[in-house]
Amino acid sequence: MVAPTTPRPGLVVPQYRRDPDGTHPPLDFADYGSTALRHPKQRPILLPHMLTEVTAPVLGEGRLGEHDNDLTVQHAGEPQGQRIIVHGRLLDGDGRPVPHSLVEIWQANAAGRYKHVNDRWPAPVDPNFDGVGRTMTDADGRYEFTTVKPGAYPWRNHDNAWRPAHIHFSLFGTAFTQRLVTQMYFPDDPLFGQDPIFNSVPDPAARRRMVSRYDHDRTVEQWALAYEFDIVLRGREATPFEDEDEDDDA
Amino acid sequence: MSTPSQTVGPYLSIGLPWEDGPYAVRPDTPGAVKIRGTVYDGAGDPVPDALVETWQADPDGRFDHPDDPRGAVAAPDGFRGFGRCPTDAQGRWEVLTLLPGAIPGQAPHIDVSVLGRGLLHRVVTRIYFPEHAEAHAGDPVLALVPEDRRATLIAQRVDDGYVFDVRLQGEGETVFFDV
Repeated sequence: MVAPTTPRPGLVVPQYRRDPDGTHPPLDFADYGSTALRHPKQRPILLPHMLTEVTAPVLGEGRLGEHDNDLTVQHAGEPQGQRIIVHGRLLDGDGRPVPHSLVEIWQANAAGRYKHVNDRWPAPVDPNFDGVGRTMTDADGRYEFTTVKPGAYPWRNHDNAWRPAHIHFSLFGTAFTQRLVTQMYFPDDPLFGQDPIFNSVPDPAARRRMVSRYDHDRTVEQWALAYEFDIVLRGREATPFEDEDEDDDA
Repeated sequence: MSTPSQTVGPYLSIGLPWEDGPYAVRPDTPGAVKIRGTVYDGAGDPVPDALVETWQADPDGRFDHPDDPRGAVAAPDGFRGFGRCPTDAQGRWEVLTLLPGAIPGQAPHIDVSVLGRGLLHRVVTRIYFPEHAEAHAGDPVLALVPEDRRATLIAQRVDDGYVFDVRLQGEGETVFFDV
């Protein structure tokens, strides 16, 4: 790896733990047809964590519009479907909250159709639902959205293929190493068994971490069901890394 | 235990693009340069449903971030350091930015994430610039890359900025990193 030279005092940067095998899907996954021409064939090269990798953009409240965390009030009328609250915490691998961090979501409507020009399957578009939300985590890493439960939808990956209902989540954390895009699923979905995207995650315990929990305590009487979904980004190594001065030919 | 990654799927363009996403710096900033390119798949076809994100130091090689051990510095006016651009129907993306400065021990570079349908997690690469051949010789990350593949990481200078194409698979496959 990096040739040992004189350490440069002051450039000590945190190191982020590599996730255990089986946590993330492989890029080459035959059951999901679209990976065939899009997965690199060469082995990726292990990137040391230096300054660019341990930093990330600070994306503030300026990114948010007034109703970005409530997908049911973005239009004149209310969207069709089951109103739900989706809430949880953004944590790092050591259980520490990630505060003031941007959370972005997008999803299909209650009928399972996305507001996207290429989504043409015969389910109704809902004029009162865009399916896009943004919020910031609070000081304790908490976030909350109000939305409608997305429907399942068919795709052409395999015979009679249906995606389980899901909400896409995009997270930044505080380092380039922590960038994560995932999908939140709903408990006990009968479509899990035939879904290659859900099952692309090799470790069954890791798969379960993508499934939200029905939260009766947060369910609001006469109003909305609640689901809890905590998201965990990579944690740091106990020992930081002393960056090395490679500038010996200067 | 980390939450697993999943693909952004085919409809990422409803959720992830920002109006100002391609502007890592405000468009009227002196010295702003355009970096553009095309994302290709293993058949050599453009990928029209990907998202390219860029992250980089400012022109002084500094970061507006508490984990920069030299101390966080406020970013130059209008500079975000982060760019985000979905690919168009021809697989093209572009980001307007200021060129990053050198970081002690490293040649100037930009970290890049590519997300898309068919990518179950992002792929990560780095953009380097052709003017810095001397610094490249001492760069600890380039040193990890087989010499015959390094050219995939070096942008090409053109009249209006730089071109950096991403080849996900096959001949001329871009070097990707396990971050």
